[in-house]
Amino acid sequence: MTQTIVDLDRSAREYNDAVKTATQRLIVCAGTGCVANGSLKVYEALKEQIAQAGLNVIVDLSVHDDADESVLLSKSGCQGFCQMGPLVTLEPDGILYTRVRAQDAAEIVQETLLHGRIVERLLYVDPNTREHCPRTEDITFYKRQSRTVLRQCGSVDPENIGEYIAKGGYSAARKAFTEMKPESVCEEVLHSGLRGRGGAGFPTGKKWDLTRVQPVEKKYVICNGDEGDPGAFMDRSVMEGNPHLLLEGIMIAARAIGADEAYIYVRAEYPLAVGRMRKAVADATALGILGDDVFGSGQTLTCHVMEGAGAFVCGEETALIASIQGQRGMPSPKPPFPAQSGLWGKPTVINNVETLATVPLIVNMGALEFRQRGTESSPGTKTFALTGHVANTGLIEVPFGTTLREVVFEIGGGVTDSTGGIDPEAFKAVQIGGPSGGCLTAEHLDLPLDFDSLRSVGAMVGSGGLVVMNKETCMVGMARFFMQFTQNESCGKCVLCREGTKQMLALLDNIVNGEATLETLDILQRLAVAVQKGSLCGLGKTAPNPVLSTLRYFRAEYEAHVIQKRCPAGQCKALVPMWIDPALCKGCTACARKCPVGAISGDKKQPHQIDPDVCIKCGACVAACKFNAIVGA
Amino acid sequence: MKDPGFVTVDGRKIPIEGEANLLELIRKANIDIPTFCYHSELSVYGACRMCIVDLQGRGIVTSCSTAPEPGMVVKTNTEEVREMRRIALELLLANHDRSCPTCPKSGVCKLQDLARRFGIDDIRFQSTQPELPIDHSSPSLVRDPNKCILCGDCVRACSEIQGIGAIDFINRGSQVTVAPAFGKDLNAVECVHCGQCAAVCPTGALTPRSEIEDVWKSLGDPDKIVVAQIAPAVRVALGECFGMEPGTVAMGQIVAALKALGFDRVYDTCFAADLTVIEEGTEFIKRAEAGKRLPQFTSCCPAWVKFAEQYYPELLPNLSSCRSPQQMFGSLAKTVLPDELETDRRNIVVVSIMPCTAKKFEATRPEFSVGEVRDVDHVLTTQELARMIDGAGIRFTRLQPESLDLPLGFKTGAGVIFGNSGGVAEAVLRFAAEKLGGVKLQSADFPIVRGTEGVREATVAIGGQELKLAVVHGLANARKMAELAKHGQCPYQLIEVMACPGGCIGGAGQPIATEFDAKARRTESLYAVDKTLQLHKSQENPYVARAYETTLQEPGSEPAHHLLHTHYHSRKRIQDEDISLLDGGKAERVKVRVCVGTSCFVRGSQNLLRQVLDYVEEHGLSQRVDIGATFCLERCDRGPSVAVGDKVMEKCNLQMVVEALDQVLAQTEA
Repeated sequence: MTQTIVDLDRSAREYNDAVKTATQRLIVCAGTGCVANGSLKVYEALKEQIAQAGLNVIVDLSVHDDADESVLLSKSGCQGFCQMGPLVTLEPDGILYTRVRAQDAAEIVQETLLHGRIVERLLYVDPNTREHCPRTEDITFYKRQSRTVLRQCGSVDPENIGEYIAKGGYSAARKAFTEMKPESVCEEVLHSGLRGRGGAGFPTGKKWDLTRVQPVEKKYVICNGDEGDPGAFMDRSVMEGNPHLLLEGIMIAARAIGADEAYIYVRAEYPLAVGRMRKAVADATALGILGDDVFGSGQTLTCHVMEGAGAFVCGEETALIASIQGQRGMPSPKPPFPAQSGLWGKPTVINNVETLATVPLIVNMGALEFRQRGTESSPGTKTFALTGHVANTGLIEVPFGTTLREVVFEIGGGVTDSTGGIDPEAFKAVQIGGPSGGCLTAEHLDLPLDFDSLRSVGAMVGSGGLVVMNKETCMVGMARFFMQFTQNESCGKCVLCREGTKQMLALLDNIVNGEATLETLDILQRLAVAVQKGSLCGLGKTAPNPVLSTLRYFRAEYEAHVIQKRCPAGQCKALVPMWIDPALCKGCTACARKCPVGAISGDKKQPHQIDPDVCIKCGACVAACKFNAIVGA
Repeated sequence: MKDPGFVTVDGRKIPIEGEANLLELIRKANIDIPTFCYHSELSVYGACRMCIVDLQGRGIVTSCSTAPEPGMVVKTNTEEVREMRRIALELLLANHDRSCPTCPKSGVCKLQDLARRFGIDDIRFQSTQPELPIDHSSPSLVRDPNKCILCGDCVRACSEIQGIGAIDFINRGSQVTVAPAFGKDLNAVECVHCGQCAAVCPTGALTPRSEIEDVWKSLGDPDKIVVAQIAPAVRVALGECFGMEPGTVAMGQIVAALKALGFDRVYDTCFAADLTVIEEGTEFIKRAEAGKRLPQFTSCCPAWVKFAEQYYPELLPNLSSCRSPQQMFGSLAKTVLPDELETDRRNIVVVSIMPCTAKKFEATRPEFSVGEVRDVDHVLTTQELARMIDGAGIRFTRLQPESLDLPLGFKTGAGVIFGNSGGVAEAVLRFAAEKLGGVKLQSADFPIVRGTEGVREATVAIGGQELKLAVVHGLANARKMAELAKHGQCPYQLIEVMACPGGCIGGAGQPIATEFDAKARRTESLYAVDKTLQLHKSQENPYVARAYETTLQEPGSEPAHHLLHTHYHSRKRIQDEDISLLDGGKAERVKVRVCVGTSCFVRGSQNLLRQVLDYVEEHGLSQRVDIGATFCLERCDRGPSVAVGDKVMEKCNLQMVVEALDQVLAQTEA
C-alpha cells in the first residue's frame, strides 16, 4: 500500500483539523434553484453578520487560526425542498430555515447562533397540522423520504474534496481497487440487483460483466449526465451537490471492467454541474486519487468532462458516443451494443449519474444490506423530481415500492388547485417519466412504484420526473406538449420517429383545435404503435408513450375533443366553451335573440347563460353584446 | 465440412453462408426485403425501417443491422410488419413531391416501386413541410430536396467512398435536410461531380442534369453537323435500359439508333483512348527515364482531377498532362473533321455519350474551348441517350446494327478496356512494355491489374526493370495514394485513379442496375470485346498512326501538346483574393502579404496589418513596397502569418516584418 492511501487519511485529517473549532455550522443551499432565488446573497450576508457579531467564521478551510470556537459557514448542493428555498440548515441541531432572505441574516446570527433561539417565522409550517417544524426530521416532506444517494447532497460542500474524504469518501473506491478483483466488483453489483436509473432499468452488474469479458484491452466508462427530460433535475443535483460521490462510482466502474479512461458527459445547460465536475476531477487528480497507479493497483484512470451541445437525443447512449466522437449526435442500430463496441469502437460501459452514484454505497454496505430497501425486482431507492400541482415540490428520494399515494399525498403534501390551496378532490393524474413516460391515474394510487409494476400498466420509471396534475389539466394538451418536445428533439434519422412524431403532433394539433374526428383517434393510435415498435432508438420508441397512455386512461377526454369539440378541463383555447360573465351581463337579451341555435337562456335584466352542449361557437352573441360580457370565442 | 447453421425464414430453413446481416440472407432465400438506406457498399445506417422483420424472442428488428445466428426464427411478412412498412411509406409519401410523371426517376424510383408493391392506395397523413428550392447550380447534377427521403445514402457515398463529404445532414428533427455546407449551392462547394450520390439515390432527389433538349436543338439545326463519340462503358450497359442483360454488347444498335436520331457521324471514344495511351505512355516513359515527377497519376477521370486540384495542388505536376479521351477526341475532331466533312469548324457539334456525370463538368472547363466554342459541345449520359431513343419511338432491340464511321471510329482493344478499373493501366502497359522492352508481346493481357478491390498493386518486369503500379477506384482510396505521394513515401511509379467503384462501368450516368451483379457483368463484357477485336495494342491502331502523320507529328510534340494536353490549377483556396492596399509605386515592388484568414485574424493579424501599413507610410516606402491582405497561408495554428516576398513567417510581429523587409529592400537596391 502506497503514497495514495496515506494521502487519503491525510486529507481527512487536514479537513478535520481545519474544522475542529467549529461548534456550529450554517449550510446555505447553493443548488441551482436556491441560487436562482438569491441564496448566494444570503451566504454573503451571513458571512458579514457572523463576523460583525464578533464570532469567528470559517469560510476558507485553507486558512487556519487559533480561535477556540468558530462557526463554519459553507454551501451545499440541493437540499431538496426547492419549493421553500432559499434554504439554510443549521448543525448540529438540524434546524431548517426556509425562504431565507439576505435581510434575515442578522436575526439568524443574533438569535440562533448567539443565543440558541429559533426564528419561528423562518420555519416551515405544515399546511395540514399548521405546526411549525424546526428540524428537517419534523417535516413530512423529509421524514417519509429515504435520502440515500442524496444523503450528503444537502450538507457537504461540493467543492471540498477534504470534507468528502473525511466523511468516508473514496473508501469504496479504495476497497474496489485494493481488496477486490474486477470480477468480484461486477458480482457484488450484480447481486445487489442495482438497475440502471436512466430509464431502461437494465441490471448494472450484468452490463458491467458483459463489458469486462470483452477480449479488448482498451475500454471506456462513460457517465451519462445529459438529463434531457424537461423538469428533471435529479442528476443535476447529484453532480452539483456531491460530485465526488459520482466520481467514486465512476472509478469503481472503471475498476470493474478494466477501463483506463472515463468521460463524464454533462449537458451544456448545466454550467454549474460542469464546473463542479471539472473541479472534482482536478482535485482528485491533484491528490493522486485519479491518474497513474490508482491506490497502488497499477491501473491508470483519467477522467474527461465533456459538455453536450443542446440535444435531448444525445442522452441516448449511441448518440452520446457519436457526440463524444465529434460526429452528428445520431443513434446507431443496436447490436452491436456499447458493451462490445462503443466509444471509438471499444467496449464501453455507459451508465446514468444516479446509477453510478449508488455504486459506492453498495460497495461499502454490501449487496445484502442494499437489498434491504426497495422491492425484490427493484432494490434500493430512486430519486424523483416532484413537480406540478402538488404542495411540496422538490427533489425527493424514496425506496422502490413506495406507493404513489405516499409520494403525492404524504411527501408531496397533497394536490393543489388553481388557487394553490390543497384540495383533496383535485387529483387527476401523475405523469411519470417525462416525455417518454405514461400517466398514472387514481386507480394506480396504491401501485408500488418500481420498474416492473410500472411497466405492467404502460408507464415507466424513466429518469424520475413526476408531474402531478389536477383536474384543470387537459390530458390531451399534456400529451401534445410532450409530443412537441420529442418532435423538436428528434434527430431526424429514422423515418418513423422523424415523420411519425411530426404527424402525431399534427394530429394532436387537429384534436386540440377542434378539427379532428373519431378517425383521427384511430390513425393516431395506429401511428403511435408503429412509431413505438419500429423506431431506431429509445427517443422514438418512447415518444408515443404519453399519447398511448392518455388514450388508454382518458379516452373520454379525447372523445369530448373530437365529438363535442369541447375541452372538459377548459384548457384548449379553441375549445373552451363560451361563457357569459354574470358580473358584466345586463340581461339585455340581445345575445339570446341573435343566437341561431337557441343556446342562450335567461330572464330580462338577469344574467344569461349559454348551454355549452347546444352552442356551436359561431360568435354571433359576442358580436351582439355591447357589454363585452361574453368570453371564449 | 462443418454443418452450417440455419435461420428459419418464413418457415424455411436457410443456411448461413457468411452473410453479414439477415437482409442478405433473406434475399438469398429469394425474398426481396424492401429497403431504402441499405447498400452493400456503404456502412449500415438503419434509418428507413423498411427492412424490419419479426425475430422470435427479440421482436421487431431491422434485418440490415442484425447478424444471422443459427437457430434464429424470422418472419418477414406478419401483419404487424406489414402495417409498419405501410405507415413508414405513407409517412414518406406525405411530404414527398409526388409529381411522378414529370420526374426523371419515374419508372426507376424505389419509392414509387415500393409504394406500388405494397399497394399504398391512400395517404392518411398531412403535408407539413414547405417547398424547398431546387439546386440547378451544377453542370452535372440536379438536387431536389423535395424528393429526398433522407435515407442518407448520398451522404455516406460521398463521405465513405469518395472521402469528400460535400453534402451532409443539416438541422434536426423534421427540419433535417441533406445539403452542402452552409446551405450553399452544390457548385459552390467541393463536389467533384462524380455523381455517386445520384447513383445510390433511391428517388429523384439527385439526378444527372439533362442535356437532351440541347442535343435535339443541335440535331434539328440544318447548318450543324452533329457527330457522336461513344465511351467504352456505354456499349455494355445501354441495352439494360431496353431489357437486355447487363453486359450485352449493343454497339451495332447504338450506332443505328444514333443515326436514326439524326447524328451525321458516329465515332468511338476508344479511338481517342488509344491516342491517350500513346501520349500518356510516352510521357510516362520520359518521366521514368528522368526519374522526375513520379508517381504519375492518370488524368482521364475528371472527378479525380478536380479532387487533386482541391486537396493536393502540390501533386498537380504528378498528374499526366494528357487530356481525357473525351477531350482528346473533341479537340482532334474539331481540328481534322472540317476538312474531312468539308465544313467550317463552327458548324461541327460534338456530342459525347458517357457513363459519367463528371464529363459534363469536364466539357465546360475553359481549357477545353477554342474561343467561345467548346471542343465537346454536349455530354449525354447512357440514361439520357436511352431516353432520347425512347422519346423518338425507336424500338432499340429491333434495330439492324450499323458500324461506326472512320477514321475516328476505329479502335484497338486497349482503348475499349478503359471502361474498367485497371483498364487504363493495362492499356498503358501494353504500350510501354513493347516500347521499353523492345520486343513484341506474346500476350497483350496483364491480368495482374484486373480485379475489384479498391486498392490493387502490381509489379511488372519490363525491359529489364521492375515497374510498380497501383490501381485505385473510389476517391477515398485515391486519397491514400495521394497522401503517400505527398509525403514522399509512394512506392509506385504509375497510379491509375477512377472515382467510380469498378471504374467507368459503374459511373453515375449508367442505367440503374437491377441485377446485383450488373457491374461485374459489364466489366467482364468489356474484356470480352477486347478479345474479339483483332488489335489489342494502341500503337497498332492505323488510324491513330495516320493522325500522327497528318496532324500530330509525334507523341509529345508541340502540336500534340497543343491539341491533346492540358494544364491544371489549384482550387484549394478562393483564388486571387489578394487585396492590394497601396496604389501606385513601381511595378517591381516588394510584396508583403498579411494573412487575414480567421485563425490569423483571431491571433491579431488585422492589427499587425495596420502596424505594417503605418510603418510603410512613416518610412515613405510605399513606392517600393506593396502591402496586401491575403487569405490563408495555411499555417493556421501558427499565425499570424506574413509573406514578405517568397518568405513566409509564422507567429509574426511587426519587428519580424520590418527585419525581413529591410533585408529584401537591401537586396533589391544592390
